[in-house]
Amino acid sequence: MTKVFQRPASLTGKAFHYCPGCTHGIVHRLVAEVMDELNIREDTIGVAPVGCAVFAYDYFNCDMQEASHGRAPAVATGIKRVLPDKVVFTYQGDGDLASIGTGEIIHAANRGEKLTTIFINNAIYGMTGGQMAPTSLPGQVTDTSPYGRKVEESGYPIRMSELLAALEGVAYVERVSVHDVRHINQAKKAIRKAFEYQIAGRGFSMVEVLSTCPTNWGKTPVESLEWLKDNMIPCYPLGVKKEVG
Amino acid sequence: MPKVLMKGNEAIAEAAIQAGCRYFFGYPITPQTEIPAYMAKRLPRVGGTFLQAESEVAAINMVYGAAGAGARVMTSSSSPGISLKQEGISYIAGAELPCLIVNIMRGGPGLGSIQAAQSDYFQATKGGGHGDYHLVVLAPSTIQEMVDLTQEGFAIADRYRNPVMILGDGMLGQMMEPVEFPEGKAEDLPPRKWATTGWKGDRPRNVINSLYIDPQELEDHVNRIYRKYEEIKAGEVRVECYNCEDAEIIAAAYGTTSRIVKSVIRMAAREGIRVGLIRPITLWPFPGDCFRKWADKGSVKAFLTVEMSTGQMVEDVSLSVNGKKPVAFYGRSGGMVPDPEDILAEIRKIKGGIPS
Repeated sequence: MTKVFQRPASLTGKAFHYCPGCTHGIVHRLVAEVMDELNIREDTIGVAPVGCAVFAYDYFNCDMQEASHGRAPAVATGIKRVLPDKVVFTYQGDGDLASIGTGEIIHAANRGEKLTTIFINNAIYGMTGGQMAPTSLPGQVTDTSPYGRKVEESGYPIRMSELLAALEGVAYVERVSVHDVRHINQAKKAIRKAFEYQIAGRGFSMVEVLSTCPTNWGKTPVESLEWLKDNMIPCYPLGVKKEVG
Repeated sequence: MPKVLMKGNEAIAEAAIQAGCRYFFGYPITPQTEIPAYMAKRLPRVGGTFLQAESEVAAINMVYGAAGAGARVMTSSSSPGISLKQEGISYIAGAELPCLIVNIMRGGPGLGSIQAAQSDYFQATKGGGHGDYHLVVLAPSTIQEMVDLTQEGFAIADRYRNPVMILGDGMLGQMMEPVEFPEGKAEDLPPRKWATTGWKGDRPRNVINSLYIDPQELEDHVNRIYRKYEEIKAGEVRVECYNCEDAEIIAAAYGTTSRIVKSVIRMAAREGIRVGLIRPITLWPFPGDCFRKWADKGSVKAFLTVEMSTGQMVEDVSLSVNGKKPVAFYGRSGGMVPDPEDILAEIRKIKGGIPS
C-alpha cells in the first residue's frame, strides 16, 4: 500500500496542545513540510517564542531554543552568527513580535540577518487569555479592550510586514492567510520561498500568517475563518511586500 | 611573555580573546566602552564576531543564542545596562548556559553617575533577575587579576554550565597597569553535547530551555542546579587574607576598595594598630568560612567592612561573623571613593572601643 499522506519528519509527533480550530497546527505543519522538502531538518535550529507557540520546541523535530518574550530574533542572531551554515528560524506571535519584541525584530531585519521568521498574526494575545494586541482591529473587544479597541487611546493595528519591507536588510516579506485551502497552499509557497532566501544568503525573510483564535475571539472555528477573511484581510492586505528577486 | 601596559577594560577584552572567546555581543555604556571597542577592532582579525546590538536586552539574548549554539561567548556592560540584562541572565542561568558577563560598576541608582562604585553587589550576588539561581561572581582588584579572572571565568562557566560575572568598577576599568598574559594556547573548548548545532540523530534532540510547566519538574530542575551550586561552593571559593596574623581589627573589602584598605593597613601600623584584610575574590560563592575562622581567633577584636556603597557586602560579612565579633561599616556612595584618612579614622574609633 502506498502512503499518500503522513506526518512530516520535521514534526516530532507529539500531540499539539492548541485549541480546537486554532490555525497554529496548520502553520506548524506547513513549516515542517517545507523543512522536509528542502531537506534541511538536520541543519535547522528553530527558536520558539513566548505565547501559545511556547511549546514549539516539543513539536519541531530539530534542535530548538526557547527564547524569552519577544527576544527570539536576538537569540536567533546569536545562533546564526555562530553557525552561519545552518538554517535558523523563529516562530513568533503578534504579542511577541509586534509588541514586546519590536526592537529585536526590526534590528535583526535591518541587519539583514540570514534568518527566517514565521509571524503568526491573530490579532490577540492567546496564551494569557485574550488580551488586546498591537494587531487587534479597531473596535475589537478583548479582555483589556472590553469596550472595543479605541484607536485614539491604544493606537492602530500595526502592519509589521509593511514596516519591515521598508528596511534594506530585508530580502523577502509576504503576508499570507490560512483561512481556506487555496490560501494554505499559497502560505506554504511563501514559507518555502522565505527559507530559500535564507539558504541563498540573501538576507532576512519573514512570512506573516493571518491566523485564528476561536477560543479568545469567542467564535466557532468556522466563524473564526470567516471573521479572518472578512475583517482581518481588509486591514492586513495579503501579498508580497518585498522581494529582492 | 613581557609585561604590557594596559587599561583594565582592554585587558579584559584581550584576555577573553586569548582564552578562545570569539563572540562578543554588547552595547556602549560608560565606563566599560573600551571593551566593545577593543573587541570590534580585534575580533574580526582572529576570525571572531563582534556585534553591537540594538540594546543591552538584545545583546544578552544574542549571548543566550550563541552560548546555546556551543560558542565561548561574552558580553560586558555597566550598572544600568546590567539591570537591562537581568531578564536574559535569569534565562541563561535557568537554561544552564556557560558565558561571561562583565559589569564595570558605576554609581546608582537610576542613571546615577559614571564614576566607580560597588553598589551592584546585591544585584550580582543575590540574583538580580527573577527566580532561584546564582552567578559565580569574580571580583578582581588589579589589572593582572582582570586578565587572570577573565580566563578562569570562562573555564568555571564551562565546568558548571553556569554564567559567570566579572564584577569590576569604573576605577579598575579605566586605570592602567602592567600586565602579563599567560603563555600558551587557549585550551580547547570542552565538548558541548547539549548545544543546538543541528540534529542528525546521533544524539538526543537538543533543546535550550528554562520552561518546566509541571511544578514538580521545575523543582527537580532547580534542586539539580542547587546541587551544582554546592559543588561550586566547595570547589571555587577564592579569597586573599592579607596581614591577618596578629591583626586585632580585620577589614573586609574587594576590588578597588581593597587596594585603598591595604594602604590604610600600612598607615595604621605606623600608629601601632594591627589591621588585616580579608579580600573576597569570589563574591559568590562568598568566603564565609574564612571570616568564621578569623572571627573565632581571640586576637581578632572587630571587623570593618569598607565598600563603595551604602553597605551591601557587609551583610554577608555579618552573617559569616555571626555575632562573634562586632562588624562595623564604612562606605562612600554615588561614585565617591573612600579616602584612606577617613578609613583610618574609622579604624582609630574601633581601636578606641577595644578594651586594652
